[in-house]
Amino acid sequence: MTETTPVVAVSNLIKQFGRFAALRGVSAEFSSGKLYGILGDNGAGKTTLLRTLAGLTRPTSGQVTILGAQKFHDVCHQVGYMAHPSLLYDEMSGLENLAYFAHLYGITDASRCAEAIRAVGLDPGLTRPVGQYSQGMRQRMSLARALLNDPKILLLDEPFSNVDAHSATDMVRLLTHIRDAGKTIFVVTHQAALLEGAADEFVWMQDGLIIGRIHGLKPPEGTD
Amino acid sequence: MPAPTGITRATLLKDLRLEWRSKDAINSMLFFSLLVVVVFSFSFDPNAEESRRIAGGLIWVAFLFAAVVALNQTWARELRNQVLDAYRVSPAPANSLFLAKAIGNFIFVSVLEALMTPLFIIFYQLRALGPAWQLLIVAALGTWALVVNGTFFAAMSLRTRSREIMLPLLLFPISIPAILGMVQATTAILTGEGARVWIALLLSYDLVFTTACLLLFETVLNAE
Repeated sequence: MTETTPVVAVSNLIKQFGRFAALRGVSAEFSSGKLYGILGDNGAGKTTLLRTLAGLTRPTSGQVTILGAQKFHDVCHQVGYMAHPSLLYDEMSGLENLAYFAHLYGITDASRCAEAIRAVGLDPGLTRPVGQYSQGMRQRMSLARALLNDPKILLLDEPFSNVDAHSATDMVRLLTHIRDAGKTIFVVTHQAALLEGAADEFVWMQDGLIIGRIHGLKPPEGTD
Repeated sequence: MPAPTGITRATLLKDLRLEWRSKDAINSMLFFSLLVVVVFSFSFDPNAEESRRIAGGLIWVAFLFAAVVALNQTWARELRNQVLDAYRVSPAPANSLFLAKAIGNFIFVSVLEALMTPLFIIFYQLRALGPAWQLLIVAALGTWALVVNGTFFAAMSLRTRSREIMLPLLLFPISIPAILGMVQATTAILTGEGARVWIALLLSYDLVFTTACLLLFETVLNAE
């Protein structure tokens, strides 16, 4: 891939759930090494777009190209995904969870799990099960899971929800470091203010369409 | 790329660990089949010869219903916190997950059988007139027949609203040849008749359905 090739490109993406169109012809290109904040009201299509990029939702029509590949599975080891639910087993500790997910990515270096946990500000020695974590700790452990495979593209759905202000700021700082290391990050959030100054671009969505891409937080004209 | 056998092993160990901690499946199965043994023993008062004739049917019906309890639990823990999505976005092959789940269920149901069979023998005063060691082959082949289809259909009914009802509705009809094989083989061994034909039927059934499940599981896992 050349410098100018977008790392993620979607073309005329449509996703219908029965008669409801969650995405109504989204086309966009995203460059490498940037942090994108995806904003919009509930039902705007943000999560559907993210799940489509993560290969979890098949588009009704249209095309997704990630890192030059059209099949998500060809590049899935280079993508990290964090959903609104934790994607963790409540009965296991954070380290046990990450050790299991490391197997799925063929990561044999045991220290990688502890590193990922430390990176999000948690203690890898914590033995209590994830089910007993606070919501904020669970979110951070979920981010650690998404970072485990050192992905080139990070897809994060509501990473700051239920996280206290201090921890959220720490998470934004971590995301900025990751972006500065050349990774591309997509953050779906309702807490856009947290990303002000950190995000390179805000992508505004409404009714299944991208209605604006701007650098500041001011919503584009015509937004409800 | 991660090795499929390594992922199967890691997933199996993770499931055994989760079950050891929660005891969700084994406790429900154990109490359920214990109830069946006790209720049946009050309902019938057979002599030794009659016991040999009906025991095969009673044992396998008890195990079949108890297995459904375990099979429903198999995927339930993957749905909590949507952990299954973490597997789907990883490069791990779908069949590694399927095999780990099927082997895990095989172990759970085998443990149940090992605990319940002595009770059946005591309650029904059973003594095999044929080669008793063949019962081990029938138990292994019959249990695999139940869990391989059960694991597959439990995954299929995962996204349906009333999945606990859906599983037996899908599983029982397709398991009829296997149930026939298990019951007839067990009865034949207990009464001293030849069970080779029924064992061959079970073996063929296992081969056909294991292959079919492995071929189709990826589609089921990625269905929306």
